[in-house]
Amino acid sequence: MKNDIATETKKTPLYDEHVKLGARMVDFAGWIMPIQYEGLKEEHFYCRNHVGLFDVSHMGEIRVKGPKAVEALQWLTSNDVSVLDEGQAQYSLLPNKTGGLVDDIFVYCLQKNEDYLVCVNASNKDKDFNWMLENNKGADITDESSLWGQIAIQGPEALSLCDKIFAPIKVSALKRNQIVTGKFNGHSIMIATTGYTGEAGCEVFVAAPGTAELWRALLNSDPKAKAIGLGARDTLRTEMKYSLYGHEIDDKSNPYEATLGWAMKPNAKDFIGKTEILKVKEQGLKHKLIGLKMLERGIPRQGYELKNADGQKIGWITSGTHSPTLDEPIGIAYVDTAYATENSQFFVDIRGKMVKAHVVKTPFVNKT
Amino acid sequence: MAFHVPEDFYYTKDHEWAQVDENIVTVGITEFAQDQLGEVVYVDLPEEGQKVTQNQTFGVVESVKAVSDLFAPVSGTVIEVNSALIDDPSALNDDPNNEGWLVRIEMDSEKELANLMRSPDYKKLISEK
Repeated sequence: MKNDIATETKKTPLYDEHVKLGARMVDFAGWIMPIQYEGLKEEHFYCRNHVGLFDVSHMGEIRVKGPKAVEALQWLTSNDVSVLDEGQAQYSLLPNKTGGLVDDIFVYCLQKNEDYLVCVNASNKDKDFNWMLENNKGADITDESSLWGQIAIQGPEALSLCDKIFAPIKVSALKRNQIVTGKFNGHSIMIATTGYTGEAGCEVFVAAPGTAELWRALLNSDPKAKAIGLGARDTLRTEMKYSLYGHEIDDKSNPYEATLGWAMKPNAKDFIGKTEILKVKEQGLKHKLIGLKMLERGIPRQGYELKNADGQKIGWITSGTHSPTLDEPIGIAYVDTAYATENSQFFVDIRGKMVKAHVVKTPFVNKT
Repeated sequence: MAFHVPEDFYYTKDHEWAQVDENIVTVGITEFAQDQLGEVVYVDLPEEGQKVTQNQTFGVVESVKAVSDLFAPVSGTVIEVNSALIDDPSALNDDPNNEGWLVRIEMDSEKELANLMRSPDYKKLISEK
Protein backbone atom coordinates (compact mmCIF):
# COMPACT_ATOMS: atom_id res chain seq x y z
CA MET A 1 0.00 0.00 0.00
CA LYS A 2 1.42 3.37 -1.06
CA ASN A 3 0.95 6.49 0.99
CA ASP A 4 -1.48 7.96 -1.51
CA ILE A 5 -3.75 9.19 1.23
CA ALA A 6 -1.06 11.40 2.74
CA THR A 7 -2.30 14.52 0.98
CA GLU A 8 -2.61 16.54 4.17
CA THR A 9 -0.10 19.37 4.31
CA LYS A 10 2.36 19.00 7.16
CA LYS A 11 3.70 21.78 9.36
CA THR A 12 7.25 21.95 10.71
CA PRO A 13 7.84 22.84 14.39
CA LEU A 14 8.59 26.37 13.14
CA TYR A 15 5.28 27.02 11.38
CA ASP A 16 4.07 29.55 13.98
CA GLU A 17 7.45 31.33 13.87
CA HIS A 18 7.18 31.79 10.10
CA VAL A 19 3.67 33.18 10.38
CA LYS A 20 4.84 35.56 13.12
CA LEU A 21 7.60 36.80 10.81
CA GLY A 22 5.04 37.49 8.07
CA ALA A 23 6.34 34.79 5.71
CA ARG A 24 4.54 33.94 2.50
CA MET A 25 3.75 30.25 2.95
CA VAL A 26 3.53 27.72 0.11
CA ASP A 27 3.02 24.01 -0.31
CA PHE A 28 6.35 22.27 -0.90
CA ALA A 29 6.65 18.48 -1.09
CA GLY A 30 3.60 18.09 1.13
CA TRP A 31 4.81 20.66 3.67
CA ILE A 32 3.65 24.19 4.21
CA MET A 33 6.89 26.16 4.02
CA PRO A 34 8.04 29.80 3.88
CA ILE A 35 8.91 30.81 0.31
CA GLN A 36 10.02 34.27 1.44
CA TYR A 37 9.84 36.72 4.33
CA GLU A 38 11.00 40.23 3.39
CA GLY A 39 11.92 39.46 -0.18
CA LEU A 40 13.94 36.87 -2.04
CA LYS A 41 16.75 39.18 -3.08
CA GLU A 42 17.21 40.79 0.34
CA GLU A 43 17.33 37.34 1.93
CA HIS A 44 19.78 36.03 -0.66
CA PHE A 45 22.20 38.89 0.03
CA TYR A 46 21.74 38.68 3.78
CA CYS A 47 22.91 35.08 3.66
CA ARG A 48 25.84 35.89 1.34
CA ASN A 49 26.94 38.87 3.48
CA HIS A 50 25.84 38.07 7.04
CA VAL A 51 24.01 35.00 8.34
CA GLY A 52 20.78 33.34 7.29
CA LEU A 53 18.54 30.81 9.03
CA PHE A 54 16.69 28.19 7.04
CA ASP A 55 13.93 25.97 8.34
CA VAL A 56 14.88 22.61 6.86
CA SER A 57 12.83 20.58 9.33
CA HIS A 58 10.97 19.04 6.40
CA MET A 59 14.10 17.09 5.46
CA GLY A 60 14.01 13.41 6.44
CA GLU A 61 16.25 11.76 9.04
CA ILE A 62 16.70 8.00 8.76
CA ARG A 63 18.74 6.23 11.42
CA VAL A 64 20.79 3.16 10.48
CA LYS A 65 22.10 1.24 13.48
CA GLY A 66 23.50 -2.08 14.60
CA PRO A 67 26.41 -4.36 13.73
CA LYS A 68 25.14 -4.62 10.12
CA ALA A 69 24.83 -0.84 9.66
CA VAL A 70 27.94 -0.46 7.50
CA GLU A 71 27.18 -3.50 5.40
CA ALA A 72 23.68 -2.15 4.68
CA LEU A 73 24.88 1.38 3.90
CA GLN A 74 27.68 0.11 1.65
CA TRP A 75 25.09 -1.78 -0.38
CA LEU A 76 22.54 1.06 -0.44
CA THR A 77 24.81 4.05 -1.11
CA SER A 78 27.42 4.95 -3.73
CA ASN A 79 30.08 6.53 -1.51
CA ASP A 80 32.41 4.58 0.80
CA VAL A 81 30.90 4.62 4.30
CA SER A 82 33.81 2.60 5.72
CA VAL A 83 36.15 5.61 5.56
CA LEU A 84 33.95 7.63 7.93
CA ASP A 85 35.14 7.88 11.51
CA GLU A 86 32.92 9.02 14.32
CA GLY A 87 31.89 12.64 13.76
CA GLN A 88 32.48 12.61 10.00
CA ALA A 89 29.97 13.02 7.19
CA GLN A 90 29.84 12.46 3.45
CA TYR A 91 27.61 13.37 0.52
CA SER A 92 26.32 10.24 -1.16
CA LEU A 93 23.73 8.81 -3.52
CA LEU A 94 21.04 6.15 -3.29
CA PRO A 95 21.21 4.51 -6.74
CA ASN A 96 18.31 2.42 -8.07
CA LYS A 97 18.64 -0.90 -9.88
CA THR A 98 18.57 0.62 -13.36
CA GLY A 99 21.47 3.00 -12.81
CA GLY A 100 19.39 6.06 -11.91
CA LEU A 101 18.98 7.71 -8.51
CA VAL A 102 16.44 7.21 -5.76
CA ASP A 103 17.82 10.31 -4.00
CA ASP A 104 20.94 12.21 -3.02
CA ILE A 105 21.73 12.12 0.68
CA PHE A 106 24.14 12.95 3.46
CA VAL A 107 25.50 10.16 5.66
CA TYR A 108 26.70 11.08 9.17
CA CYS A 109 28.74 8.71 11.31
CA LEU A 110 27.60 9.02 14.93
CA GLN A 111 29.40 5.90 16.14
CA LYS A 112 31.73 3.99 13.84
CA ASN A 113 30.35 0.65 12.62
CA GLU A 114 27.28 1.09 14.86
CA ASP A 115 25.23 4.25 14.37
CA TYR A 116 24.66 6.39 11.27
CA LEU A 117 22.25 9.16 10.40
CA VAL A 118 21.07 9.58 6.80
CA CYS A 119 19.57 12.93 5.86
CA VAL A 120 17.28 12.75 2.82
CA ASN A 121 15.15 15.09 0.72
CA ALA A 122 11.69 15.87 2.08
CA SER A 123 10.04 15.04 -1.23
CA ASN A 124 11.65 11.58 -1.27
CA LYS A 125 11.56 10.60 2.40
CA ASP A 126 8.87 7.90 2.32
CA LYS A 127 10.23 6.52 -0.95
CA ASP A 128 13.79 6.42 0.45
CA PHE A 129 12.76 4.82 3.74
CA ASN A 130 10.79 2.07 1.97
CA TRP A 131 13.66 1.57 -0.47
CA MET A 132 16.17 1.21 2.33
CA LEU A 133 13.95 -1.30 4.15
CA GLU A 134 13.39 -3.34 0.98
CA ASN A 135 17.13 -3.48 0.26
CA ASN A 136 18.33 -3.70 3.82
CA LYS A 137 21.20 -6.02 4.75
CA GLY A 138 20.25 -6.62 8.35
CA ALA A 139 20.66 -3.15 9.84
CA ASP A 140 18.19 -1.58 12.23
CA ILE A 141 16.65 1.15 10.04
CA THR A 142 14.15 3.62 11.53
CA ASP A 143 12.49 6.78 10.29
CA GLU A 144 13.25 9.47 12.87
CA SER A 145 11.99 12.37 10.76
CA SER A 146 9.22 13.37 13.15
CA LEU A 147 11.64 13.46 16.08
CA TRP A 148 13.93 16.11 14.62
CA GLY A 149 13.62 19.71 13.61
CA GLN A 150 16.43 21.06 11.48
CA ILE A 151 17.81 24.57 11.10
CA ALA A 152 20.53 25.54 8.64
CA ILE A 153 22.71 28.46 9.73
CA GLN A 154 24.68 29.79 6.77
CA GLY A 155 26.77 32.82 5.91
CA PRO A 156 30.08 34.52 6.74
CA GLU A 157 28.85 35.34 10.27
CA ALA A 158 27.33 31.90 10.87
CA LEU A 159 30.21 30.35 12.80
CA SER A 160 30.66 33.20 15.27
CA LEU A 161 26.91 33.11 15.92
CA CYS A 162 27.02 29.35 16.45
CA ASP A 163 30.01 29.55 18.81
CA LYS A 164 27.94 31.88 20.98
CA ILE A 165 24.67 29.94 20.88
CA PHE A 166 26.15 26.47 21.23
CA ALA A 167 28.97 27.25 23.72
CA PRO A 168 30.95 25.39 24.97
CA ILE A 169 30.87 23.60 21.57
CA LYS A 170 33.22 25.51 19.28
CA VAL A 171 31.58 25.13 15.89
CA SER A 172 34.19 27.34 14.22
CA ALA A 173 36.89 24.80 15.13
CA LEU A 174 35.20 22.02 13.16
CA LYS A 175 36.27 21.12 9.66
CA ARG A 176 33.76 20.89 6.82
CA ASN A 177 31.52 17.75 6.84
CA GLN A 178 31.76 16.99 10.54
CA ILE A 179 29.06 16.33 13.11
CA VAL A 180 29.04 16.76 16.90
CA THR A 181 26.29 15.99 19.37
CA GLY A 182 25.34 18.12 22.34
CA LYS A 183 22.53 19.93 24.12
CA PHE A 184 20.77 23.23 23.67
CA ASN A 185 18.71 24.26 26.73
CA GLY A 186 18.36 20.58 27.55
CA HIS A 187 17.28 19.57 24.04
CA SER A 188 19.39 17.07 22.09
CA ILE A 189 21.20 18.60 19.13
CA MET A 190 23.54 17.40 16.41
CA ILE A 191 25.57 20.10 14.70
CA ALA A 192 26.79 19.23 11.20
CA THR A 193 29.15 21.49 9.30
CA THR A 194 27.35 21.03 6.01
CA GLY A 195 25.17 23.30 3.93
CA TYR A 196 23.51 24.08 0.65
CA THR A 197 24.57 27.67 0.03
CA GLY A 198 28.35 27.59 -0.46
CA GLU A 199 28.75 29.71 2.68
CA ALA A 200 30.40 28.74 5.94
CA GLY A 201 28.03 27.41 8.55
CA CYS A 202 26.21 24.36 9.74
CA GLU A 203 22.97 22.44 9.77
CA VAL A 204 21.62 21.67 13.21
CA PHE A 205 19.36 18.74 13.98
CA VAL A 206 17.40 19.59 17.10
CA ALA A 207 14.89 17.51 19.04
CA ALA A 208 11.55 18.64 17.60
CA PRO A 209 10.19 20.23 20.83
CA GLY A 210 13.29 22.47 21.07
CA THR A 211 13.28 23.71 17.48
CA ALA A 212 11.32 26.93 18.00
CA GLU A 213 13.37 27.80 21.08
CA LEU A 214 16.61 27.44 19.13
CA TRP A 215 15.19 29.39 16.18
CA ARG A 216 14.26 32.32 18.41
CA ALA A 217 17.63 32.27 20.17
CA LEU A 218 19.40 32.44 16.80
CA LEU A 219 17.17 35.28 15.56
CA ASN A 220 17.66 37.37 18.70
CA SER A 221 21.42 37.11 18.99
CA ASP A 222 24.33 39.21 17.85
CA PRO A 223 25.48 38.85 15.06
CA LYS A 224 21.90 39.15 13.95
CA ALA A 225 20.56 36.27 11.89
CA LYS A 226 17.61 36.61 9.53
CA ALA A 227 15.19 34.00 8.28
CA ILE A 228 15.65 32.92 4.66
CA GLY A 229 12.87 31.35 2.60
CA LEU A 230 12.88 28.55 0.06
CA GLY A 231 13.09 31.08 -2.79
CA ALA A 232 16.54 32.32 -1.77
CA ARG A 233 17.57 28.80 -0.77
CA ASP A 234 17.10 27.88 -4.42
CA THR A 235 19.01 30.87 -5.88
CA LEU A 236 21.85 30.31 -3.40
CA ARG A 237 22.24 26.64 -4.33
CA THR A 238 21.86 27.35 -8.05
CA GLU A 239 24.75 29.85 -7.86
CA MET A 240 26.87 26.98 -6.49
CA LYS A 241 25.55 24.49 -9.10
CA TYR A 242 24.43 22.17 -6.30
CA SER A 243 22.06 19.46 -7.50
CA LEU A 244 18.41 19.44 -6.48
CA TYR A 245 16.48 16.19 -6.82
CA GLY A 246 13.76 16.62 -9.43
CA HIS A 247 15.89 19.17 -11.28
CA GLU A 248 19.48 18.03 -11.88
CA ILE A 249 18.93 14.43 -10.83
CA ASP A 250 16.08 11.94 -10.87
CA ASP A 251 15.43 8.20 -11.23
CA LYS A 252 17.03 8.24 -14.72
CA SER A 253 20.15 10.28 -14.00
CA ASN A 254 23.59 8.75 -14.33
CA PRO A 255 25.85 10.08 -11.54
CA TYR A 256 28.77 10.60 -13.94
CA GLU A 257 26.63 12.60 -16.35
CA ALA A 258 25.41 14.59 -13.35
CA THR A 259 29.10 15.32 -12.52
CA LEU A 260 28.69 13.50 -9.20
CA GLY A 261 31.38 10.91 -9.96
CA TRP A 262 33.25 12.11 -6.86
CA ALA A 263 30.47 10.57 -4.72
CA MET A 264 30.97 7.18 -6.45
CA LYS A 265 33.41 4.63 -5.01
CA PRO A 266 32.95 1.63 -7.31
CA ASN A 267 36.47 0.31 -6.62
CA ALA A 268 35.89 0.21 -2.89
CA LYS A 269 32.79 -2.00 -2.81
CA ASP A 270 29.74 -3.39 -4.53
CA PHE A 271 26.43 -1.48 -4.36
CA ILE A 272 22.96 -1.34 -5.92
CA GLY A 273 23.06 -0.18 -9.55
CA LYS A 274 26.86 -0.16 -9.77
CA THR A 275 27.03 -2.35 -12.89
CA GLU A 276 24.34 -0.33 -14.67
CA ILE A 277 25.94 3.00 -13.77
CA LEU A 278 29.41 1.91 -14.87
CA LYS A 279 28.06 0.48 -18.13
CA VAL A 280 26.83 3.93 -19.16
CA LYS A 281 30.24 5.39 -18.30
CA GLU A 282 32.13 2.72 -20.26
CA GLN A 283 29.91 3.18 -23.31
CA GLY A 284 30.74 6.89 -23.21
CA LEU A 285 28.67 9.55 -21.49
CA LYS A 286 26.02 11.12 -23.73
CA HIS A 287 25.34 14.20 -21.66
CA LYS A 288 27.08 16.29 -19.09
CA LEU A 289 25.67 18.66 -16.51
CA ILE A 290 27.13 22.13 -17.15
CA GLY A 291 26.65 25.73 -16.10
CA LEU A 292 25.65 28.29 -18.72
CA LYS A 293 25.26 32.00 -19.14
CA MET A 294 23.26 33.86 -21.76
CA LEU A 295 24.97 35.80 -24.55
CA GLU A 296 21.65 37.44 -25.48
CA ARG A 297 18.64 38.66 -23.47
CA GLY A 298 16.62 36.01 -21.67
CA ILE A 299 16.41 33.89 -18.54
CA PRO A 300 16.88 30.11 -18.82
CA ARG A 301 14.27 28.10 -16.91
CA GLN A 302 13.83 24.43 -16.07
CA GLY A 303 12.54 22.44 -19.05
CA TYR A 304 13.68 24.83 -21.80
CA GLU A 305 15.47 22.98 -24.62
CA LEU A 306 19.01 23.62 -25.85
CA LYS A 307 19.48 23.60 -29.60
CA ASN A 308 22.39 23.75 -32.00
CA ALA A 309 22.63 26.04 -35.03
CA ASP A 310 20.71 23.43 -37.08
CA GLY A 311 17.81 23.54 -34.62
CA GLN A 312 18.47 20.04 -33.25
CA LYS A 313 17.86 19.42 -29.58
CA ILE A 314 21.18 18.98 -27.79
CA GLY A 315 20.13 19.34 -24.16
CA TRP A 316 17.76 20.82 -21.62
CA ILE A 317 17.79 23.24 -18.71
CA THR A 318 17.46 21.68 -15.24
CA SER A 319 17.52 24.92 -13.21
CA GLY A 320 17.67 28.55 -14.18
CA THR A 321 17.25 31.90 -12.57
CA HIS A 322 18.44 35.46 -12.45
CA SER A 323 21.46 35.26 -10.14
CA PRO A 324 21.08 37.92 -7.45
CA THR A 325 24.83 37.93 -6.71
CA LEU A 326 25.93 38.29 -10.33
CA ASP A 327 22.83 40.23 -11.42
CA GLU A 328 22.58 38.19 -14.61
CA PRO A 329 20.81 35.03 -15.75
CA ILE A 330 22.45 31.66 -15.02
CA GLY A 331 21.41 28.14 -15.87
CA ILE A 332 22.28 24.52 -15.16
CA ALA A 333 21.73 22.13 -18.05
CA TYR A 334 22.41 18.72 -19.49
CA VAL A 335 24.09 19.09 -22.85
CA ASP A 336 25.48 16.58 -25.38
CA THR A 337 29.11 15.97 -24.39
CA ALA A 338 30.27 17.46 -27.72
CA TYR A 339 28.98 20.84 -26.48
CA ALA A 340 30.07 20.53 -22.84
CA THR A 341 33.43 22.33 -22.96
CA GLU A 342 33.86 25.83 -21.62
CA ASN A 343 32.73 28.61 -24.01
CA SER A 344 30.93 26.10 -26.22
CA GLN A 345 27.96 27.93 -27.79
CA PHE A 346 24.37 26.91 -28.48
CA PHE A 347 20.86 28.31 -28.20
CA VAL A 348 18.25 28.17 -25.47
CA ASP A 349 14.74 27.86 -26.88
CA ILE A 350 12.89 30.50 -24.84
CA ARG A 351 9.22 30.43 -25.81
CA GLY A 352 10.19 29.68 -29.41
CA LYS A 353 12.93 32.28 -29.60
CA MET A 354 16.52 31.03 -30.11
CA VAL A 355 18.65 32.86 -27.56
CA LYS A 356 22.43 32.40 -27.62
CA ALA A 357 24.20 30.95 -24.56
CA HIS A 358 27.54 29.39 -23.69
CA VAL A 359 29.14 27.06 -21.17
CA VAL A 360 30.89 28.70 -18.22
CA LYS A 361 32.99 27.54 -15.27
CA THR A 362 31.12 26.62 -12.11
CA PRO A 363 30.35 27.36 -9.35
CA PHE A 364 28.94 30.56 -10.80
CA VAL A 365 29.88 32.34 -7.58
CA ASN A 366 33.26 31.67 -6.03
CA LYS A 367 33.16 31.20 -2.27
CA THR A 368 36.70 30.00 -1.51
CA MET B 1 -1.45 44.78 2.81
CA ALA B 2 -3.43 47.58 1.22
CA PHE B 3 -2.94 47.94 -2.51
CA HIS B 4 -3.90 51.00 -4.47
CA VAL B 5 -6.65 49.99 -6.91
CA PRO B 6 -7.59 53.04 -9.01
CA GLU B 7 -11.32 53.34 -9.56
CA ASP B 8 -11.10 54.44 -13.19
CA PHE B 9 -9.22 51.30 -14.29
CA TYR B 10 -10.62 48.03 -15.58
CA TYR B 11 -9.06 44.76 -14.29
CA THR B 12 -8.47 41.21 -15.47
CA LYS B 13 -8.56 38.14 -13.22
CA ASP B 14 -4.86 37.73 -14.15
CA HIS B 15 -4.04 41.03 -12.42
CA GLU B 16 -3.55 43.36 -15.38
CA TRP B 17 -5.14 46.79 -15.32
CA ALA B 18 -6.56 48.66 -18.33
CA GLN B 19 -7.10 52.39 -18.50
CA VAL B 20 -9.45 53.37 -21.29
CA ASP B 21 -9.22 56.68 -23.13
CA GLU B 22 -11.74 56.53 -25.98
CA ASN B 23 -10.43 53.63 -28.09
CA ILE B 24 -6.89 53.65 -26.64
CA VAL B 25 -6.24 51.26 -23.76
CA THR B 26 -3.13 51.55 -21.57
CA VAL B 27 -2.20 48.27 -19.94
CA GLY B 28 -0.13 47.41 -16.87
CA ILE B 29 0.10 44.99 -13.96
CA THR B 30 -1.55 45.75 -10.64
CA GLU B 31 0.15 46.52 -7.34
CA PHE B 32 -1.05 43.17 -6.10
CA ALA B 33 0.63 41.46 -9.09
CA GLN B 34 3.97 43.16 -8.52
CA ASP B 35 3.85 42.25 -4.83
CA GLN B 36 3.21 38.60 -5.67
CA LEU B 37 5.98 38.54 -8.28
CA GLY B 38 8.70 40.15 -6.23
CA GLU B 39 11.41 42.06 -8.01
CA VAL B 40 10.90 41.97 -11.77
CA VAL B 41 14.20 41.30 -13.57
CA TYR B 42 13.06 40.70 -17.16
CA VAL B 43 10.26 41.85 -19.44
CA ASP B 44 9.27 40.60 -22.87
CA LEU B 45 6.89 42.94 -24.71
CA PRO B 46 5.31 42.85 -28.20
CA GLU B 47 6.38 45.07 -31.10
CA GLU B 48 4.36 48.07 -32.16
CA GLY B 49 1.83 47.04 -34.77
CA GLN B 50 1.37 43.56 -33.31
CA LYS B 51 -2.17 42.28 -32.92
CA VAL B 52 -3.26 41.05 -29.53
CA THR B 53 -6.37 39.12 -28.49
CA GLN B 54 -8.34 39.45 -25.29
CA ASN B 55 -7.24 36.89 -22.67
CA GLN B 56 -4.31 35.78 -24.83
CA THR B 57 -0.64 36.16 -23.90
CA PHE B 58 1.08 39.27 -25.25
CA GLY B 59 4.29 39.20 -23.23
CA VAL B 60 6.09 37.95 -20.17
CA VAL B 61 7.42 39.34 -16.91
CA GLU B 62 9.96 37.38 -14.92
CA SER B 63 11.05 37.71 -11.33
CA VAL B 64 14.05 35.82 -9.98
CA LYS B 65 11.73 33.00 -9.05
CA ALA B 66 9.07 32.81 -11.71
CA VAL B 67 7.92 33.45 -15.25
CA SER B 68 4.47 35.07 -15.57
CA ASP B 69 2.52 35.53 -18.76
CA LEU B 70 0.87 38.84 -19.50
CA PHE B 71 -2.69 38.59 -20.79
CA ALA B 72 -4.27 41.21 -23.03
CA PRO B 73 -7.32 42.84 -21.41
CA VAL B 74 -8.74 43.71 -24.85
CA SER B 75 -8.20 42.74 -28.49
CA GLY B 76 -6.56 45.24 -30.80
CA THR B 77 -3.28 46.58 -32.15
CA VAL B 78 -0.28 47.56 -30.06
CA ILE B 79 0.45 51.20 -30.86
CA GLU B 80 3.04 51.99 -28.18
CA VAL B 81 5.41 49.99 -25.99
CA ASN B 82 7.07 51.15 -22.77
CA SER B 83 10.52 50.18 -24.02
CA ALA B 84 12.22 51.82 -21.02
CA LEU B 85 11.19 48.71 -19.06
CA ILE B 86 13.34 46.45 -21.26
CA ASP B 87 16.56 47.88 -19.85
CA ASP B 88 15.23 48.73 -16.41
CA PRO B 89 12.03 47.02 -15.31
CA SER B 90 12.15 48.53 -11.80
CA ALA B 91 9.14 50.79 -12.52
CA LEU B 92 7.02 47.64 -12.60
CA ASN B 93 7.68 47.26 -8.88
CA ASP B 94 8.00 50.92 -7.90
CA ASP B 95 5.06 52.40 -9.77
CA PRO B 96 3.05 49.71 -11.59
CA ASN B 97 -0.07 51.88 -11.95
CA ASN B 98 1.73 54.74 -13.72
CA GLU B 99 5.34 54.65 -14.86
CA GLY B 100 5.29 50.86 -15.07
CA TRP B 101 2.68 50.78 -17.86
CA LEU B 102 3.46 48.09 -20.44
CA VAL B 103 1.71 48.81 -23.75
CA ARG B 104 -0.98 50.94 -25.35
CA ILE B 105 -3.51 49.08 -27.44
CA GLU B 106 -5.91 50.47 -30.00
CA MET B 107 -8.91 48.34 -29.17
CA ASP B 108 -11.10 46.67 -31.76
CA SER B 109 -14.35 46.74 -29.85
CA GLU B 110 -15.28 48.39 -26.61
CA LYS B 111 -17.84 45.65 -26.09
CA GLU B 112 -15.01 43.53 -24.69
CA LEU B 113 -14.75 45.88 -21.72
CA ALA B 114 -17.85 44.14 -20.39
CA ASN B 115 -15.66 41.07 -19.75
CA LEU B 116 -13.40 43.03 -17.37
CA MET B 117 -13.78 43.82 -13.68
CA ARG B 118 -14.17 47.24 -12.09
CA SER B 119 -12.29 48.17 -8.92
CA PRO B 120 -14.81 46.90 -6.29
CA ASP B 121 -14.82 43.41 -7.83
CA TYR B 122 -11.07 43.40 -8.26
CA LYS B 123 -10.55 44.50 -4.65
CA LYS B 124 -12.77 41.64 -3.60
CA LEU B 125 -10.75 39.20 -5.74
CA ILE B 126 -7.42 40.12 -4.17
CA SER B 127 -8.81 40.27 -0.65
CA GLU B 128 -9.75 36.61 -1.02
CA LYS B 129 -6.16 35.63 -1.93
